[in-house]
Order: sequence, then C-alpha cells, then structure tokens
Amino acid sequence: MTARPLGVRVRKGATTLSFLAPALIGIAVFFLYPLGSAVYFSFTKFDLLSVPEWVGLDNYRRMADDPFLLQSIRNTLWMVVVFVPVRIIGAIGLSMLLTQLKRGAGFFRTLFYLPALVPPVAATIAFVYLLKPGTGPVNHFLEKVGIDGPLWFNSPTWAKPSLVLLGLWAIGDLMVIFLAAVLGVPSSLYEAAELDGANAWQRFRSITLPTIQPVILFAAVTGVIYTLQYFDQAAVAGSIASGQATVGGGISSNFGFPEGSTFTYPLWLYTVGFRYSALGYANALAIGLFVVALGVTLILLRRAKAFTGEEA
Amino acid sequence: MNKRLPRALFALITATALATACTPAPKETKIADPGTEVSGTVELWHFFTEREADAIATVVKDFESTHPNIKVTIKSGQDDSKVTQAIGAGNGPDVGLSYSTDIVGKFCSSGAWVDLKQYIERDKVDLNQLNATTRSYTEYDGKRCAMPFLADAYGMFYNKDLFAKAGLSGPPKTLDELTAYAKKLTVKNADGSLKTVGFLPLYDFYENAASHLAPAVGAKWLTDDGKSAIGSDPAWKTLMTWQKDLVDWYGYDKLTKFRAGLGDEYSADNAFQKGQVAMNIDAEYRLAFVKDQTPNLKYGVAPIPTSDPARYGGGYVTGNILGISKNAKNPEAAWELIKYLTTNDQAVIKLSGLLKNIPTTTASIADPGLNADADFKTFIDIFTNPNSSTTPPSSSGPAYQETFGQFLNSYQSGKVTDLDKGLADADKQINSVMNLGG
Repeated sequence: MTARPLGVRVRKGATTLSFLAPALIGIAVFFLYPLGSAVYFSFTKFDLLSVPEWVGLDNYRRMADDPFLLQSIRNTLWMVVVFVPVRIIGAIGLSMLLTQLKRGAGFFRTLFYLPALVPPVAATIAFVYLLKPGTGPVNHFLEKVGIDGPLWFNSPTWAKPSLVLLGLWAIGDLMVIFLAAVLGVPSSLYEAAELDGANAWQRFRSITLPTIQPVILFAAVTGVIYTLQYFDQAAVAGSIASGQATVGGGISSNFGFPEGSTFTYPLWLYTVGFRYSALGYANALAIGLFVVALGVTLILLRRAKAFTGEEA
Repeated sequence: MNKRLPRALFALITATALATACTPAPKETKIADPGTEVSGTVELWHFFTEREADAIATVVKDFESTHPNIKVTIKSGQDDSKVTQAIGAGNGPDVGLSYSTDIVGKFCSSGAWVDLKQYIERDKVDLNQLNATTRSYTEYDGKRCAMPFLADAYGMFYNKDLFAKAGLSGPPKTLDELTAYAKKLTVKNADGSLKTVGFLPLYDFYENAASHLAPAVGAKWLTDDGKSAIGSDPAWKTLMTWQKDLVDWYGYDKLTKFRAGLGDEYSADNAFQKGQVAMNIDAEYRLAFVKDQTPNLKYGVAPIPTSDPARYGGGYVTGNILGISKNAKNPEAAWELIKYLTTNDQAVIKLSGLLKNIPTTTASIADPGLNADADFKTFIDIFTNPNSSTTPPSSSGPAYQETFGQFLNSYQSGKVTDLDKGLADADKQINSVMNLGG
C-alpha cells in the first residue's frame, strides 16, 4: 500500500479537526479552563475581590481544622447511601409495575413522569408546605387515621428522609430509562423461564436484573454524582422550613436547618465561598468533591466490569 | 503513565496563573480639588424592589434636581453576590447599596470599596453627625469604606390583648421578668402541647439570633485582635443559662413541635401577628408589616429586657450601607450621591419616612415628623441608647456569628451538657472558620 501524499493527509486532518472543533472548543472553554482555574485557585488565598495570593497546600491542610466539613460529609454520605439506592429501587419497581398494566399504561407513564418536570425549587417549596406540621395536609390526614405525624423538614431525624421522599416523588426521569430497559428484555427469555417453572421473583432475579445491569450501573453512577452535588432542594427546604425565607435577596443563613441535618457538602462549599469570602478554600473543597466523584465513578465502573465480565 | 498529561496540566495552570497574575491591582484614586464642579453619569446598584425601589428613585430624583450636572442610573434588585462578582470581574457599579454590614470587613480590607477618608476630609463632612453605632459598622480596621444608609433597631413587640388576658400591663424589663411573663402568657392544650407561647426562646426562631440578643447581656463577640471572645466573656454564659432554663421549662420537643406549625416570618401568618406568640424580638420594619397585614392587632413596643436593669433601653442595631466601587467610572459623582443620601438631613428624613427605617443623622433622628409616631419613636430611642450595640465587621463576614449560632442550637437542644467546655470548643471552632479564608 502506498502512502497518501502529505497534502492529502493534512487536508484530511484539517477536515476532521474542523468537524471536531466545536466540541473541542466547548470542552476547553467550559470544562478544562474552569477545572484548571479551580485547581489553581485552590492553592491561593482568594476572595473574588483582590488578586489571588499563592498559599501552596494551606487550603488543603485547613480541611483538617474545618469543624463543619465532617458534618457536611456525613450528611452527603447519608444521602448517597440512602437516596441513590432508594431512587433506583423505586424506579425499577415502578417501571416493573407499569409494564404489567394492561390498560391505561400511557396515562400512568405520563402521570408518574410529570413530577420530574417540576422545577426543583418549586417542588421543594410545595413539599415543605404539604409536610408542614400543624398546617400541612399530610399530617392532618395522618392525624385523622390516628397517627401523630413526624415533624418532617423541621426534625433533624426526619429532614433527610423527607428529602428522599421528595426525590422519590420526582422519580420520573429514572423511571423512563428503566421502563425502556425493562421493555427491552427479550420476551422469549421469560417464556423459556416460565416453561422451566420459574416464578415471578426468579424471573426478575435471573432475567430482568442481569439484562438491565448496564442501566442500573448508569443510574448508580449518575445518581452518585448528582447526590454528591445535592444543593437546591437542601438549600430551599432548610430556608423555608426555618420560617425565615430570605427577603431582599442574598444568601440564606439558614442552610442546614434543622440543627445542621440538611447541611450537605456543596452547601458548605457555597457558604464558605460566597458568604465567608474564602474562595480559595471553597475551590479546594470543589477539587476534593471532583476527586471523590471521579473515584467513586471509577470504582463503580471497575466493579461492574468484574461483575459482568464485560467492558462497562 | 502518559507523560504528556502532567505537562499539559502544568501548561494550563501556568497559563491560568499568568492570566490571573496580570489582573491589575486596585489603583490609587486621585480625588479632585475642593470646589471642582462634578458632572457626568453615576450608576447606583441597590437590592430594593417594588415599593422600596420607588422610594429610592424618588429621593434620587431629588438629588438630580439639586445636582443638575449629574445623571443617576439605577439598577434595582442587585444583591451583594452580584455586586461582589461584578467588582471582581472589573466592572460593578459606581455606588453599591448593601443590606448587610457583614460585607464591610471584606469590602474594606480588599479595597473593593474605596477609602472615603480623602473625600470626607476634603469636603469637611462631620462624621459626628452620624450615630456612633452606625459609624462603627461602616469602617474596618480604621478604614472607612462605607457610609450608613438608614438603620434597623431591634426591640420587643408584645401583644396587648394577651397581656390583658394574663393580667399584665407593661412590657418586661429584665430577663427574669421576661421568664415570669412568658410563663404567665403561655397557654397549653388539654394534651399538654403548646397553644400560645409567651416567648419562644429558640435561637433559630425568627429574629432570635444571638446577635439580636447579645445587647440584653452586653456580650462581646470579638477580641481586639479579631479572635472569638465568646468563651472569655461571662455575659454569653448568662444569656445561655437564662435561655436554656426557659427552653427546659417549656420542653425542647414541645417548643420545636409548636414552632414547626408556625407561619413564615415575613408573611401574614407571622406567629406574633397571629397571636400565637405573645412577645417577640423584632425590628422597626415590623411596624409596616403589622400595619399592612394585621392592622387590628393591639400591640406595644419596648426595648429588649436585660440581665442588668442598668442596661435597659438599648438593643441590636444594624443597617444598610453605601460605598464606592474601586472600578467606579465616576467616583466624584459617586461620592456626591453618597454624601447626599447619607448626610443631607432632608434626604435622610424623606428616605426614613418612605422606607420606614431609622434615620442616622443627628438632625434627622430629632425630626418631629418621624418622632410623631410613638411606636417608631421607641425604636429611634433604642437606636440612640448608649447600651445599643452591633456586630463587629470581620473579613470573613458573618462566619463567627453563624458558627456560634450552630453551637447555640446544639446547646438548646441538650446535645451540649458541659457549657464551659462547649464555650471553649465554640471559640476554637469560630477561630477555625474565620481562618478558612487564610
């Protein structure tokens, strides 16, 4: 085979590059540059107003002395360990139920998907008022049936489970993905299993689950990344439940209400950066979060590869 | 390992570092000679909206008519974050109006707002005409980068109907009286839950923040070298012990359950306005809320009760502030506007009347029109009382207050049992958080 002339190769390379350029520019401007900046600023004393001052590893060392870092990590870990599996299990369960429906499947699919379209802030405000002890309809109903309802977003024990409940309500985005995966399982496998006498649980365990494994992995990876960055709902729930929603703009001082129970890692990062003007330290926290998210994703992918014996 | 990756990363960081290092340092502003005619356009950013924004526009119009060579462009609804980001990016308004004195430390120390000393000295502005507390929260480390734009004074609101029902006439003046009144005014349901609460002492309820209660005991926040003074000032222990005794009398769980059912502070469902709480800490701006939302409420206002009767009469004072951005395109016109809004007595009186906030100059404080409303006058008296105090500016903003607030929440819930050790730990935590910025 003869080599193509240099001019042709250069032209071909330029053509390829021109097609790739929009994506490459996007990655450089919106990912690499901010990431590089964050890494740089994490080694500086920086308040957004003055010229950054190089402090080496000081910001990373300060993490050891940060009294609220551990609390925010604990809350975020709780959310990762509970929120992610509950949403995945809920979405699989819901999609399984919807595939069983003989009539009205379209209606129920739409109905369960709709909450995912509600903006998180509006949904959280609505949930706080629905679950508000004393005046909210949920506890009113529970009282009617003889149950003394919990304090939900006003209780340090119940605040995080209330956020999980909110996440479960807005499960439509995940449900749609699992529904497609469950419907994609070849029906011949189920028929063969039925002939072999497998019951519903065995069919689910041995056919459905292994087939939708890549989708579960996808849901787990995106779920963990999303939960590590959990911010909007926790911020709004704390502010509204405290009864002191900020007026006149500004950053709420009620993040984490009640008793720091909803104080997630990103909320602390935001408070440190924009309320306490420690942008250098906030960047170090952001880099820490990035490394953890990357690490968890790699571990999940590796474990899945070992489990399925395939390239994930 | 791919050797190109670290090199690429190094190149990227170097490029970023160089780009940032090229950011110009704040330039020294040379001010005009005395008597120089000021003209041009000046941009004012403030956080007010709707009715309050209209009030600002009215007074700015007055300014333009007395300063025909200066045109003011107003941008409303701009909070501190937007101002900070704009200044950091090399833009920002000529004049910024902030709702929080917490930014003074950072804006002064970083030079984001310029030092006003040279303007004040050139124009011979007498700062003594400004209330002393407002003077203290508009400067940091000897540098005056802000001027006070009206103020808030905190006192106590009490429900006259509930007082009459409990056989009480006037407001409590000491913390012991407050406890006794609170118990008398509290009504329980048949199942023991709380129906009406005399005084809801939880720190995270409405305006009960430690900063607002500190004047009741004369507690000090920071030492002269900017470290936490909380563990070493016995006044905090007095406040905390008093509060915890009252919380325990109610029962923490019962109080949190009662509080969970109350409406939002700034809505018509405010617990005091609905008669669910008989006494409440609040500022003069509540007068306008009550007038608008619950005009039939019979209430009285008074200074907050104190541990020592000699301290009675004061309260917490804070306010809005104005400053000139380091990127101001027209700093001379910016200073003229600030001078007018903060030291022109007629302008301050008009603003106070329109915004229902406390005026800050000697003449405006004494204005008979503003003092005609007895309730508003009570807050003016609190404002001018020598026992009133504020929270000191810090370069880490409200970090010290909020860190202590978390400790107080743990203490009131019973999680902290050893108060002395807890206060010592709180000191360490506060100093750590204040140090996070380096």
